Amino acid sequence: MDKKKLATIWLGGCSGCHMSLLDIDERILEVAKLADIVKSPVVDGKELPPVDIALVEGAITSDEHFREILHIRKQAKTLIAFGDCAVMTNVTGMRNFFPLKEVFDTAYVNAISNDKEGQVPNHPSLLKLNEKVLPLHEVVKVDFVLPGCPPDADTIFYVLVELLNDRLPNLSKVKKLKYG
Amino acid sequence: MDKRRILISPVTRIEGHANITIEMDENGQVSDALFHVNEFRGFEKFCEGRMYTEMPTITPRICGICPTSHTLASVKACEMIQGSQPTYTANLLRRLMHIGQNLSSHALSFFHLSSPDFLLGYDSDPAKRNILGIAEKYPEIAVKGIRLRKFGQELSERITGKKIHIMGIVPGGMAYPLTEENRKALLDWIPEATQTVQLGIDIIKRFHEEHAEMVQSFATSPTLYLGTVGPTGEHELYDGKLRFMDADGTILQDQLSPTSYLDYIAERSVNWSYLKYPYYKPYGFDKGFYRVGPLARLNVSSRMRTPLAQREFELFKKINDGKPVHGAFYFHYTRLIEALSDVEDAERILNDPQVTSLHIQHHGRWNYEEGIGSSEAPRGTLFHHYKTDETGKLLKVNLLIATGQNNPSMNRSVLEVARQYVKGNDIKEGMLNRVESTIRCYDPCLSCSTHAIGQMPMVIEVKDNMGNLLKRLERH
Repeated sequence: MDKKKLATIWLGGCSGCHMSLLDIDERILEVAKLADIVKSPVVDGKELPPVDIALVEGAITSDEHFREILHIRKQAKTLIAFGDCAVMTNVTGMRNFFPLKEVFDTAYVNAISNDKEGQVPNHPSLLKLNEKVLPLHEVVKVDFVLPGCPPDADTIFYVLVELLNDRLPNLSKVKKLKYG
Repeated sequence: MDKRRILISPVTRIEGHANITIEMDENGQVSDALFHVNEFRGFEKFCEGRMYTEMPTITPRICGICPTSHTLASVKACEMIQGSQPTYTANLLRRLMHIGQNLSSHALSFFHLSSPDFLLGYDSDPAKRNILGIAEKYPEIAVKGIRLRKFGQELSERITGKKIHIMGIVPGGMAYPLTEENRKALLDWIPEATQTVQLGIDIIKRFHEEHAEMVQSFATSPTLYLGTVGPTGEHELYDGKLRFMDADGTILQDQLSPTSYLDYIAERSVNWSYLKYPYYKPYGFDKGFYRVGPLARLNVSSRMRTPLAQREFELFKKINDGKPVHGAFYFHYTRLIEALSDVEDAERILNDPQVTSLHIQHHGRWNYEEGIGSSEAPRGTLFHHYKTDETGKLLKVNLLIATGQNNPSMNRSVLEVARQYVKGNDIKEGMLNRVESTIRCYDPCLSCSTHAIGQMPMVIEVKDNMGNLLKRLERH
């Protein structure tokens, strides 16, 4: 049997879920025996190879994330919404209560530490922010959700090992499965 | 028609993503470089209207690598609003957790992200140039590095039950005490952690010796420096006063209260990045570039607080005859000296008889409308500034983040390294890795430095000024 392929991807989030993934510590070497980690922490959408599992951290905040998640869905047999921002936008989605322009101006025009000569960021190399932040399942079909801010490392390890061995994770065996 | 633009697009994100545009003149020489940070989440707006006491729980979500530094800056701002003080034991526990985060972040930066360049080589096979490649070739070093990070994370977990986005640091102190069992378990780590940091120092020193020319010439533009120091100028991460130093080592400002940060720091929004450009206000935007983080902290400090770190600090100070060291490459060395200090300091605190005391929290309530707090995140000084109404509801939030303060210098270092290594039409993969490694020196949270497990993909397109593609180079 060919070795499985795993990707872990970062969209609009704080990196905490990926840090929790690193908190499986030495067990990362066991995961590496079961699967080649072909893309991590994040990949250029066009170049993500077909993978068995994609762990996706973060919410959809921009045009680029939108394109990227569609591509990930195409390439991944199993797509896991990894952490609360991916599952339900969480803190990343707190800006949804305000018009984007107001959020922008607070930082780039009106902050008390700003001088008077600034420009609002609008360079063509920058990604364009969406008016509203979306969770993954509003854009693509999600196969599993792994909640937590961040998800607990033991849970991440258990879920990965089960899925990489073609078994369905039994959530009654997981001690810390919760939002927040 | 002769002008060319190179777009380096590392489609990698911790918090959005970063690109680099390099402009080249008609002679194939680099004329300018722009470092674009692609991240914006709007904390300063969406926290308005919430209660100030929520901030120590919301703001760690700014960053999963240095959440504790955010919590600490936040909780200090809250304590200023209350007029409350943490207890002696609460301060010990906070210090322990902050040391833990600094240590795990530094271990990640050095062993997981940067050591592949040092141990496998800048021009080695990109598919293997990562921590798993290290695990294949030097399994012992990889496991030690992973375990050093684990110790750092455990310092938080054994106090609060969580490694990332910890709860339990509250205005007035701590919500959880340290048990005797956990104290002992943490102390057991000290010998191994000390040994691993020493191993890291050996690796970087060997690299310094074997590649002296590169190390000494790598992004060496002088800047000003900012760091937190204790009452006698000693190195400090958790709670102290600010010191600004100029490029020659003259102290410009000393023992400044962080609450006066607006008198000394201003920032400017720029159209090419979501990250603003802070500067030292008295010198203005053009001359006021300053840097923060381990290199800056060691440059401004008069001494370290612990003996082994002090010995290493004295060697560091000899590099430029006691004057500030400017080369961005020395961030790695200073990061490890701090890690050594972290382990020694953790041992001292864990042996304090008061560390397991149950006197961990003063209870306070809203008293003042304004609060400012700061702390030293692994990558530099961090400020939280809140204004509230008389019910404690937030009216204004201003956050000055560590990585932001290094932004102007990262931009300039990228330009410097690009000038040194990018010439003419013939662009090679090793050059990509060197430009990338410039950013890695600063260990920004954004972050290009996060090829934590895999290799950062990067695309360089060389176009003429009409937008015609002259050359495309990819690395996956």
